[in-house]
Amino acid sequence: MKHTIRQVFRSGKFLLGFIIFLALLLITIFYPLIIKDAPLAIIGRGTFFPPGIYVNVYDSIGSPQYTLMLDDAAANRIASKLSNDDRLAMRDWLVADGIPENQIDINNTKALLDQWENNYDPKKQVEGMTLAKQRYYLRLNTSLQGLLSTEGAIIAANNPQSGALEESDSVAQTDYVNIKEVPNVRVLPLGTDNFGRDVLTELVSALATSLKIGFVAGTVATLIGLVLGLLAGYVGGLMDDIIMFFTNLFTVIPGFVLLILISFSIGQEHRGAFTIAVVIGFTSWVWTTRAVRAQVISLRNRDHVNLSKLSGHSVVHIIVADILPYIASYVVMAFILQISFGILAEAGLSILGLGPKTTEVPTLGLMMKWAMIYQAQILGKWWAYLPVVVTIALITFSMNLMNTGLDQVFNPELRD
Amino acid sequence: MAEKEKLCLSGSGLTKVFGFGRTRTVAVDHVDFDFHEGEVVSIVGESGSGKTTLAKMLLGLISITEGEICFQGKKRDIRTQKKKREYWKNIQAIFQDPYSSYNIFNRIDAVLLDCIRMRVGRKLPHAKRIEMMAEACSFVNLKFEELTNKYPFELSGGQMQRLMIARIFLLKPKILLADEPTSMIDACSRATILDMLMQLRDEIGMTVVFITHDIGLAYYVSDVVYIMEHGKFVESGSADDVILHPKETYTRRLIRDVPKIHEVWDLSTV
Amino acid sequence: MSNVTLEVRELTTKYITRFRENVYAVDHVSLKVEEGKSLGISGESGCGKSTLALSLMGYYFAPLHYTSGEIIIDGRNITGMDPDDIRKSILGTEISYIPQSAMNALNPTQKVIHFIEDVFQAHDPCKTKKEIHEFAKEAFEALGLPAEVLQRYPVELSGGMKQRTVIAVSVVLSPRVLIADEPSSALDVTSQKMVIKMLKSLMENCIIKSMIFITHELPLLYNVTDDIMVMYAGQIVEKATAKEAVFDPLHPYARGLMGSIIVPESGLRDVKLAAIPGVPPNLKNPPAGCQFSERCKYVQPECMVRSIDLREVGAGRAYRCIFSEEQLREAYKNG
Repeated sequence: MKHTIRQVFRSGKFLLGFIIFLALLLITIFYPLIIKDAPLAIIGRGTFFPPGIYVNVYDSIGSPQYTLMLDDAAANRIASKLSNDDRLAMRDWLVADGIPENQIDINNTKALLDQWENNYDPKKQVEGMTLAKQRYYLRLNTSLQGLLSTEGAIIAANNPQSGALEESDSVAQTDYVNIKEVPNVRVLPLGTDNFGRDVLTELVSALATSLKIGFVAGTVATLIGLVLGLLAGYVGGLMDDIIMFFTNLFTVIPGFVLLILISFSIGQEHRGAFTIAVVIGFTSWVWTTRAVRAQVISLRNRDHVNLSKLSGHSVVHIIVADILPYIASYVVMAFILQISFGILAEAGLSILGLGPKTTEVPTLGLMMKWAMIYQAQILGKWWAYLPVVVTIALITFSMNLMNTGLDQVFNPELRD
Repeated sequence: MAEKEKLCLSGSGLTKVFGFGRTRTVAVDHVDFDFHEGEVVSIVGESGSGKTTLAKMLLGLISITEGEICFQGKKRDIRTQKKKREYWKNIQAIFQDPYSSYNIFNRIDAVLLDCIRMRVGRKLPHAKRIEMMAEACSFVNLKFEELTNKYPFELSGGQMQRLMIARIFLLKPKILLADEPTSMIDACSRATILDMLMQLRDEIGMTVVFITHDIGLAYYVSDVVYIMEHGKFVESGSADDVILHPKETYTRRLIRDVPKIHEVWDLSTV
Repeated sequence: MSNVTLEVRELTTKYITRFRENVYAVDHVSLKVEEGKSLGISGESGCGKSTLALSLMGYYFAPLHYTSGEIIIDGRNITGMDPDDIRKSILGTEISYIPQSAMNALNPTQKVIHFIEDVFQAHDPCKTKKEIHEFAKEAFEALGLPAEVLQRYPVELSGGMKQRTVIAVSVVLSPRVLIADEPSSALDVTSQKMVIKMLKSLMENCIIKSMIFITHELPLLYNVTDDIMVMYAGQIVEKATAKEAVFDPLHPYARGLMGSIIVPESGLRDVKLAAIPGVPPNLKNPPAGCQFSERCKYVQPECMVRSIDLREVGAGRAYRCIFSEEQLREAYKNG
């Protein structure tokens, strides 16, 4: 036993899969200890806030301000307002206006802006320009006003007594605040979803839930498969016929369709995560049963089993002591695959809206469902669905790696 | 002249049929035999002759389609698990492959302890059990102190097969079925195994039934030989009669086709 | 002096295990097979005879590695040849090898004639299909196999017929030496006899010049081969003619082996079979001195100290022991 475990951990594939899986597991355990927010709490008003560090503007005004003279500050400011496309558009307008192209350098901001200011006239009609384009140039022009100025902003507050707007503070262009001194800063590495929920926290919680569902579903399916396979394989005869009849029945009926029907008939009210897991387990035991039965049939005629019989052992003892240990490695591999399948099945169900209740716990499938419904992929809001997809891929990948690694340990012929 | 020996195991019209319809195979076809106490019998047949199926029927591991088996003169009744256990106190087996006869997850002590439990029950004190196991091991020239708590893969093929004989020593059955007990053992260790089995027979008057394809082995070790072909016993009799003066064509061919050393092996008659 | 078809000098090959241990499965083996003669190699499981068969072809692939020694076929030294060259120019044309259960080499989805066409395509691409068919038919009939076998699928043939078919195919290119490793062990007695008859006819009709027959069944070797070589723990312990080896073995192990032969002949019931206690040594940690010393009845302290060389006694006869011939015969007489 010890020797087997040592061999298992020496297998590169198993080790890699195990490390990935363990990393995911540890994240689900330790993340909630650090970030104690409720995963389904809506923190953003509005949909799909992009990932980033969110600094409270009001608090940053009141925080201690530091003056930093940075060379590229002005360039950064202009660049954020004037994209490359805008510069190209300006050049196009200037060229159409009659200025030779070689005199226009789009990278020389100051010169470009000077040329623009000298030549731009909203009333000038350029050939072939659409109305939308004209309005675009108008907007561009407005936004360029004051781009090169070095004046700061003035903050005014209402005087409670006089009711007039009075200057309360001013902010220079070179004023900086230290994020650590701003009381309200929130890092949203994955932004928010369509409801305004923190995607990362939701993701970690969903991962934990999906792992639990997968584990429960895997256990249920493997247990059913094991018991039925053992009975059908060892006892044989009528018991085998009956069990095989049901197995064939469940094979012919597509498991997923059955899952959908059962899920639907349970109703939204009773669909907790645990219930869904059990249901998944009850519809996916077929493959394990068949596999276990095949193994048991080949084992039951072995000499040591016959010798056990001749030593007067009971049927139960023989199944547990002489057959079970021989198929243990196989069952472990089947279990891993069943967990993986359970997670995927739940994801599939949830995308269709037939998964666990949406208001209780997030699951990976649920997150994908919401992203789909709110068209995150069309709007380009990748943080709402891509991390979920990657997580699911990582889980199943790590489990399959572990499985392959185990397979190589238990079936030496497969070693390369 | 010795008086008529007592009958140990006998069968009449024993038949085993597998499958039905197009896949119907008759593995054992109306076989009759009488094994006497203390006799060494060999059932010789090539692969596919049905000898292993016959052995399993005699052991009660598979059901009988037709026919009767009598143990010590009385009709055998093994319909309940309890009756089966009683029967197995009297009939045991040694199999061909010593490696697959052991559960690889248990230490080898388990095999011997099982026999003690079957023979004497569970109430024996620990010390007495060790004593019985040590005695059994020394009978087969193995040292119990060296073997205890070892796993099967730590022993050699010869040692494992001898341990199987130690098991038989503990159980002291009336009749032993040995299915090719030496075919997977090195030639040099064969004699040891055969000698031990004969010694057991001499000490406790056990009937030994060898099941083998090796007609030379059958001739060396048995008193009575049965030749089996396609599920039927085609010839039977004392070893000298069957091997040296075979009557049936099949027997003659079998003996003629085995390579010889002192006699001429005629290759033209094939 | 007759032609020597195969000569091997001090061949040593080893297996390198996963844990980088060296296991010398063939330890300084020398043998000579002459034209028209056959050599039998015997020994128990693990003695190295199958490894020797592989090594004789010079076709090594991991974990089997060549260490030292020479292999000379018909005067041509093939030691150290590139495996690809060996496959193209030696295998099948100079040496042909029949492994255990060779009948499994037949592709169950193709007729036997395709197998033969494959062989020719690899070695003699000039022949047309019609020529190959003609050739195959003649060869099969010459070897006593019905020509209709060519148009059959392997599943329609019995084990003995399949084995004979593979043997026939392995000699279509008329190799000089045929190495057969347990060619008949998996068959029933009658099929075995047919295979043996075929092998003997190959020699008698000079289709092959020499044969090396490897098996643990000594009665077969006695009836088929001219000389017998006994191997133990990777070394040759006895070399003699078949008759000498079986009836007058010198090495204690060979003597034990011959004493445990069982044949259904009158007189068998009166002899006591010999038994040798113990097991062969673990080649990962071979003992110093004689490999058989742990089990030998006549062991002396000197046996366990230094390694023992082969002792030659007369034409082609040799054994590996510190005792002289007279000493051994004396010891055997006394029991």
